[in-house]
Amino acid sequence: MENFKNSIIVSLWFVFLTFPLMVVQVNTMDQIVVWRWMNMVWVAIGAFVLSYAWRYMLERQQVRKKVAAEGEETRSRVALLLEDMTFRYRAMGVLLIFSLAFPLVFDTYQTTIMISALIYVVLGLGLNISVGLAGLLDLGYVAFFGVGAYTYALLNHHFGLGFWTVLPVGGILGCLFGVVLGFPILRLRGDYLAIVTLGFGMIFKVVMENWDNLSFGPSGIANIDKPSLFGMDLGISGSTIYIYYIMIAMVIFTILVTNRLKNSRIGRAWIALREDEIACVAMGIDIARTKLSAYALGAFWAGMVGVLFASKTTFINPASFTFMESAIILSIVVLGGMGSILGVILGAFILILLPEYLRAFSEYRMLAFGAAMVIMMIFRPQGIISNLRQTYEYRGSKEKTNNG
Amino acid sequence: MDYFLELFFGGLTRGSIYALIALGYTMVYGIIQLINFAHGEIYMIGAFTALIVAGVCTIYGMSGISILILAGTVAVIYSCAYGYTLEKVAYRPLRNAPRLSPLISAIGMSIFLQNYVLLAQTPDFLPFPRLIPDFEFMEPVAYIIGSPELVILVTTFITMILLTLLIKKTKVGKAMRATQQDMNMARLVGVNVDRVISLTFVIGSALAAIGGVLVASYQGQVNFYIGFLAGVKAFTAAVLGGIGSIPGAVLGGLILGWAESFAAGYISSDYEDVFTFGLLVLILILRPAGILGKTSKQKV
Amino acid sequence: MAENKHKLLEVKGLTMDFGGLRAVDSVTVEVHEGEIAALIGPNGAGKTTFFNCITGIYNPTKGDILLHPKGLKTRRLNGLKPNKVTEMGLARTFQNIRLFSDMTVLENVMIGRHCRTNAGIFRAIVRGKKVNQEEQEIIESSYGLLEKVGLGDFANEFSKNLPYGAQRRLEIARAMATDPFLLLLDEPAAGMNPHETAELESLICKISEEEQIAILLIEHDMKLVMNISNPIYVMEYGKKIAEGSPLQIKDNRKVIEAYLGEEADA
Repeated sequence: MENFKNSIIVSLWFVFLTFPLMVVQVNTMDQIVVWRWMNMVWVAIGAFVLSYAWRYMLERQQVRKKVAAEGEETRSRVALLLEDMTFRYRAMGVLLIFSLAFPLVFDTYQTTIMISALIYVVLGLGLNISVGLAGLLDLGYVAFFGVGAYTYALLNHHFGLGFWTVLPVGGILGCLFGVVLGFPILRLRGDYLAIVTLGFGMIFKVVMENWDNLSFGPSGIANIDKPSLFGMDLGISGSTIYIYYIMIAMVIFTILVTNRLKNSRIGRAWIALREDEIACVAMGIDIARTKLSAYALGAFWAGMVGVLFASKTTFINPASFTFMESAIILSIVVLGGMGSILGVILGAFILILLPEYLRAFSEYRMLAFGAAMVIMMIFRPQGIISNLRQTYEYRGSKEKTNNG
Repeated sequence: MDYFLELFFGGLTRGSIYALIALGYTMVYGIIQLINFAHGEIYMIGAFTALIVAGVCTIYGMSGISILILAGTVAVIYSCAYGYTLEKVAYRPLRNAPRLSPLISAIGMSIFLQNYVLLAQTPDFLPFPRLIPDFEFMEPVAYIIGSPELVILVTTFITMILLTLLIKKTKVGKAMRATQQDMNMARLVGVNVDRVISLTFVIGSALAAIGGVLVASYQGQVNFYIGFLAGVKAFTAAVLGGIGSIPGAVLGGLILGWAESFAAGYISSDYEDVFTFGLLVLILILRPAGILGKTSKQKV
Repeated sequence: MAENKHKLLEVKGLTMDFGGLRAVDSVTVEVHEGEIAALIGPNGAGKTTFFNCITGIYNPTKGDILLHPKGLKTRRLNGLKPNKVTEMGLARTFQNIRLFSDMTVLENVMIGRHCRTNAGIFRAIVRGKKVNQEEQEIIESSYGLLEKVGLGDFANEFSKNLPYGAQRRLEIARAMATDPFLLLLDEPAAGMNPHETAELESLICKISEEEQIAILLIEHDMKLVMNISNPIYVMEYGKKIAEGSPLQIKDNRKVIEAYLGEEADA
């Protein structure tokens, strides 16, 4: 009974709250007011139902917290499954086969979507280094992506340099920018770091929009060359497939490198930095160098995949490099599970592919995205895949077992 | 000289608006150390609500300054309601979570609210009626400062005084200051911390709404996206003056307003935004505590 | 009973001001090889601030902190960053446990090995034989340290899951992983029951004798302090008010007053 009363109140509150925006529509051209009463009904019902759902989820969360606090943590079936190494290897194998066969089974349009998703996977894995591992909140990550893209676009436009030549340059330049931008912000913590990086991202976009001599302004750069395969002309579908396989290779490369980094001396230093900066420095770790390496290394991937982005779309302009992009990439890392490589990959697929396949609801895409961020933070802040650390074997010359 | 004065008053006006919005950021950060990314959207919702009310009033035959007052009041009420709901739904559950969680939640709410307004209303720019009449006594100085600017300045000034009185002289204000300094202690001496935090959000939202209504009638248009840019700039102002400090927010707002106005007027208006963000970055690197802020040492 | 033992740490006239507040006032302390020295005093006496000055978290206002590593040049620690201090052989634990909760017990200790190893980014990616050997060395030595403090069975547990007493021991193991010759322990027995405290006591003695690491500890547990430490330094309101052996300190009037107030009788 109490719950019912509560939900009625919630429902009434939201009807009140949304009244002007949802119900009233002022048509200044025809000088009439349109009253959309149906919307009010929808809000009333929706709020009523959602309040029940919300309450239920909160209660379940409380129960789970209590159980965990008492040490009786029972992992769910799914979690146990995901932690099992044989399952992981098999799953990865299946994924690999599937992704290799993908373009041969699906058409060019689908392949293009997949390429977008894969680009976000690389971006997510790169940001995973700064944010997920080292805990450096970067809200301007898209700037490094833009650096890579513009590097290729400009070098291609002015000097005719090809994709393969510029690919490493993009990564290195991204990395350099990371070092240069990272230096002044080493002392900053938490929120301040977030805002400065946000500022960097915005400065990049606005500068690219206005420095016409360098970047050709808001109209961007067009006619960028696609990646070449020994000078052959592949046609549209051919080059799409070609780019797809390049992306697969890049993703595999990124996974391998970031996995190695994560489970290494420097990876541990990053995690220590994230966990407790004071204890970290007391254990002999040079904070400045560690932060800088995380930031710059994260930037490297963005720069590198930026080159590919430019060659895929053959046209770039500043509008592709907004704060919203940084927010999306950050969500991929946080919602996927900070520090978890598999989580980031899943996060990227879900956040990018789901909207594509639910095209019917595309209007609500950003709305759902914002809501998802809030809901995930409240009910599952550790992300889809919570972090697993390596288990080690010792005493003798046995090899390490690899998780995560 | 006239150009200078025009830029001066223009900057003062801008700065006042930034100050109004910045106060919301700074009060919330001061009390729960959260950057309320969605605050700009509250400002935008205030403007939109005022637009709708004004539109309905005009169509049903009202006119004159009474529309402005009615629209403004309704806008403030609604912004307060949104601010209150925002805190209750998206931030309160995360009160004890690590710092990243409420930040992400705030970004999510910002995106959600932007798109909510976009879908519920329209993506277009909507015209906002000029609700502030041109006062006759302003005629002689109209070339450097117009009636809308005057209204903005006077409104902002009165609001600041009311806010200062609230914080310094009332019991509620004392409770807010206590909670800001030490939340646990305040709770222990009987302050209803949850209510104080809600009140902080509500007051900040009211200020933002006032700013939103004033700006909308000044600029003549609203759009679902105005919150984002205004929000970032107001946040810059808050950081500049010292985040957590109320006089700092005002000071930061004014400085930013003047800086933008003079830079746009004497240097170039294209790079206005770069200038703002550059200033933000510079302040954070050189003096993260801001002009009036206190540098706090972490206890080891 | 210092029989001309080598002086490892020499703090002369250390003063630390925070604005108008003088937290540490001209304190002089020495720690010799093979010693377990203790720093005691009522709450707020400035003991942890003293530690923080030595280890580089604060830059002292006045005074000298001199480190005399055996066989090496004397180093002045004032103003050095904490990681440099640790590199030179001075490790510490914290009053409020600061473990890396999202890492396993073993990994916490492995972090301690960071400043004694040097595989960088390139070698993390391109794993040559030398790097793998180094990694294995890190694992084995860390595990060895865990066994020494009695935590060998928990190596792959998340550190946040350990019971409180075990967490304190883990912090000690982690500090030892940095290969120090002087270990600063900040209230290692805080929150421990008598059984755990007794275990800690034997652990500290073991470290001092077997590992040849000198120890300076801050403690409130008087039994522990009196049992194992010599010399004992006493601080009150930022100043050093006494120093000496346990017997001397026990009967020192100023010390008794500081702890119990003026009217007390030992």
